[in-house]
Amino acid sequence: MKLSRRTRAIAAVAGAASIAIIAAGCSPASDSGSEDGTVELTVATFNDFGYTDELLQEYMDENPNVTVVQNKAATSNDARANYFQKLGKKGLADVEAIEVDWLPEVMQYSDLLAEVPSGTADRWLDWKVDAATDADGRLIGYGTDIGPEGVCYRSDLFAAAGLPTDRESVAALLEGDWATYFEVGAQYTATTGKAWFDSAGGTYQGMINQVEAAYEDPDSGEIIATDNAEVEDLYNQVLDASAAQSAHLGQWSDDWFAGLSNGAYATMLCPGWMLGVISGNAEGVTGWDVANVFPNGGGNWGGSYLTVPANGAHVEEAQKLADWLTAPEQQIKAFVNAGTFPSQNDAYTDEALTGFVNEYFNDAPVGQIFTDRAKAVSVAPFKGEFYFQVNDAMQKALTRVEDGTQDKQASWDQWVSEVEAIG
Amino acid sequence: MTTTATAPPSSAERPDAPTGPPPRRAPKRIAFGHRLSRWDLKLSPYLYISPFFILFLVVGLFPIAYTAVISFMDWDLVRNSGTFIGFDQYVYVLTQPKFWIALRNTFSIFLLSSIPQLILAIFIAAMLDQNIRARTFWRMGVLLPYVMAPVAVALIFSNMFGDKYGLVNTTLADLGIPPIMWHSDAFASHIAIATMVNFRWTGYNTLILLAAMQAIPRDYYEAAAIDGASKFRQFTAITVPSLRPTLIFVIITSTIGGLQIFDEPRMYDQYGTGGADSQWLTITLYLYDIGWGQWNFGRAAALAWILFLIILAIGIVNLLVTRRVVRDEGSRGSLGRREHRAAARAARRDLRRAASSGTLADAPEPEPAPESATDTPEAQR
Repeated sequence: MKLSRRTRAIAAVAGAASIAIIAAGCSPASDSGSEDGTVELTVATFNDFGYTDELLQEYMDENPNVTVVQNKAATSNDARANYFQKLGKKGLADVEAIEVDWLPEVMQYSDLLAEVPSGTADRWLDWKVDAATDADGRLIGYGTDIGPEGVCYRSDLFAAAGLPTDRESVAALLEGDWATYFEVGAQYTATTGKAWFDSAGGTYQGMINQVEAAYEDPDSGEIIATDNAEVEDLYNQVLDASAAQSAHLGQWSDDWFAGLSNGAYATMLCPGWMLGVISGNAEGVTGWDVANVFPNGGGNWGGSYLTVPANGAHVEEAQKLADWLTAPEQQIKAFVNAGTFPSQNDAYTDEALTGFVNEYFNDAPVGQIFTDRAKAVSVAPFKGEFYFQVNDAMQKALTRVEDGTQDKQASWDQWVSEVEAIG
Repeated sequence: MTTTATAPPSSAERPDAPTGPPPRRAPKRIAFGHRLSRWDLKLSPYLYISPFFILFLVVGLFPIAYTAVISFMDWDLVRNSGTFIGFDQYVYVLTQPKFWIALRNTFSIFLLSSIPQLILAIFIAAMLDQNIRARTFWRMGVLLPYVMAPVAVALIFSNMFGDKYGLVNTTLADLGIPPIMWHSDAFASHIAIATMVNFRWTGYNTLILLAAMQAIPRDYYEAAAIDGASKFRQFTAITVPSLRPTLIFVIITSTIGGLQIFDEPRMYDQYGTGGADSQWLTITLYLYDIGWGQWNFGRAAALAWILFLIILAIGIVNLLVTRRVVRDEGSRGSLGRREHRAAARAARRDLRRAASSGTLADAPEPEPAPESATDTPEAQR
C-alpha cells in the first residue's frame, strides 16, 4: 500500500489549507467607524426589498456623514440562518431585515434588539405593530411591507366555464365566506372538470391566517392546536373541497410553476407579492387577473420588518436609517421598485400607490385593490414559538391527503401525534 | 497449508527496523550538531504532518467533543447557554418514529445508489480500459457529472421527476404506462434520489477503478490471451481480483458518503424537509431540520452523535466484511491475527491427528477454518 505517500499528500494539502485559513483570518477586518465622524451603516436584506442604490444614495445625500451599504441574501432562509447564528454576538448588520415567518422566533430574543423609539408606532397598521411588540410592550420591528390577499384568477378559464370575467363581477361572485368560494368552485369543476384552486395547502394558509389563536394560547404560549375545533373545521373544510376542486400541486413545486402557465387551476389566493411570481413564471399567458375580494374578509400572508440589533456599533444612526427607510415616502418608492406593498397608513392615500396599475394583470389597478385588501384585514393571528413547526406539520398533513398517501383521519391523527412531540 | 504461505512475511517486521533502539554501546560524546541532526531525523516527520493534525484538532476533534457536550443540554444557540438534561435528547430522538423512518430511508437510498453505482463503474472502467479512440475525451467525459454542483444536478433531476409535468412521467404517459408518483411513493422517491447520486458519482468511481485497472501488468492479459482465455474470462480472472484493494477504498468512501447523503434529498422538493410523510427524509436531513429549522441544537447534537456512532459501527462491519471478502494484498496478510492463529492451530491438530493415525496421505481437510479456504481462490487455482 502506498499509505505513507497518500498521508503525505493529505498532510501537504492540509498544511496548505491551514496556511490559507490563517492568511484569511489575518486579513484586516473592515472597521465601520472612523475618526472624522463618518459612519458606515450596513443594511442586510433578502430577496428584493426595493432598496435600490438610488434610494440609499438619497439618504447619503441628506446625511453626508453616513455611508450605507446593502448586503442582500438570496433567500429568506439564508437570512434566517445568518440572523440566529449571529444575534447577540458579533457580525450582524446595523439594520437587519426579518420576515414574519420567523418573527415569532425573533420575538423570543426581543431583548437583544433595540426598541423602536416611541411616537413612530402609529405610522403602521395596528396589527403590523402588534405582531412585533413583545410582552413588555417593546416594539422591536420597523414594518416594511405586508401581503394583503386578493384572489387571482384566469379570466379565459372563467369565460370557458361560463363565469363572469371582469374583475368587479368576479369580486361580487366570490363575496362571502369560504363556503361561497368552494361553492363557486364546485360549479366550476362540475362544468369544466378542471381544478378550481392550486392546492389545499395554499388555500389553508389563507384560512388559518384569519384565525386569531390557531395553534397556541396567546396568554400561556401553550400548544392548543390539536384541541382547537376551529383548526379541525378548517382542515375538514379545505380537504372536503380539495378532493374535487384542487389541482393537488403543492405551492412552489415545479409542477405548480408549470400550472401557472398551463391553466391547471383557475384561481389562487394571491398576496400582493404573488403578482410578481405569477407574471415572472407565466410569461405570455394573457388570462391572469386579480379581483378585489377575499373569502371571509381580509387576510395577510407574509411581509417583513427591519430590526436594529442592540449591540451594534452605531445603534442610534441605524435607528435613524431604519426609520427613514420605513417612512411612507420611501416605502412607496420601494413598492414601485419591487412591489413590496406598504404597511404604512399614510401610504394608502398616496397617488403613487393608489394609481398603480399592473399591465400583466390586464391593467388591474393593483395599488387600489391591495390598499382595499389591506384595510379589510381585521385579525392579527397570534404566532408563538411553535407556530412555524405546528403549521409546517399541518401543511404536510394536508399534502399527505392530497397526494393520496393517507386518508383524512389517518393524516389528522399523525399530525396530532407529531404536534404532541413538539416542544 | 495454503493459508500461511500467502502472507508476505517481511512486511510485518520492516517498519520496526529503522526506528528500533540502536544497540547499547559505551557512552560517547556526541557533538551538538550531531544530536541536532538526529532530532531532525526523528522529529521532523512529525513536524511536517503536524499542520494536518493541529488543524484536525481545531476543526475536527474539538467540534466533535463540543457536540457531545451540547447533546446533553437543552441548548439556546442565540444566548449560547444551556441547561444539563442528561440523556433526554437521545431518548427523544430514539423514540421518534421519524428517526427510524429516516434511518430506513438512508439505508434504502444508500443501497440503491452504491450497488448499481459500483457495478456500473466497474463496467464502464473496463470499457474505457480497452483500446478505444479519443480515449482522454471519454475518460474526461465520465467525470463531467462529478464536476457539476450537486444542487444543479438536483434541480435538473427534480424537474425531470415532477409528478405531473415531469419529463419522466410524460414520457411514461406517451408509452401508455401509468405515471409514477415520485413524491408520494417512498420507494419511487428513493430511486429518483439514488439516480441523482449515481449520475454524479459513477464517473468518479469509474476513474478510480480505471486507474487501478491500468496498474495491472499487461503481461497477465497477454499470457491469458495466449492460453486462450476470452475477454470475459480475462475480466473475471485477472481484472476483478486485481481491483480488490481499490474496491475496499471505493466501498468505504461510498458508504460514508451514502450515510451522509444530504444535498439530493434536500433539493428533491421545494421544502427540503423530506416529504409530507417523511418519504425521503434522511438522517442528515432530519438533523438539519432539527438544528436549523427548529433551532434545537441540543437535540440536533444528540442526533449527530447517533449518526456518528452508526457510521462508526457500519465502518467496522464494513472493514471486517471487506477484509474477509476482499483480500488486500498490501497490508499485513490477508487474515486477521486471530484467523492466523486458528488456522495454525487447526494445521497443528491435523498434523498430530495424521501422525497418530500413522499416515499423512489421507489427512482430512481442516474444517475449523473454512473462511480461510474460500478467500484464497488464487491459491486454490
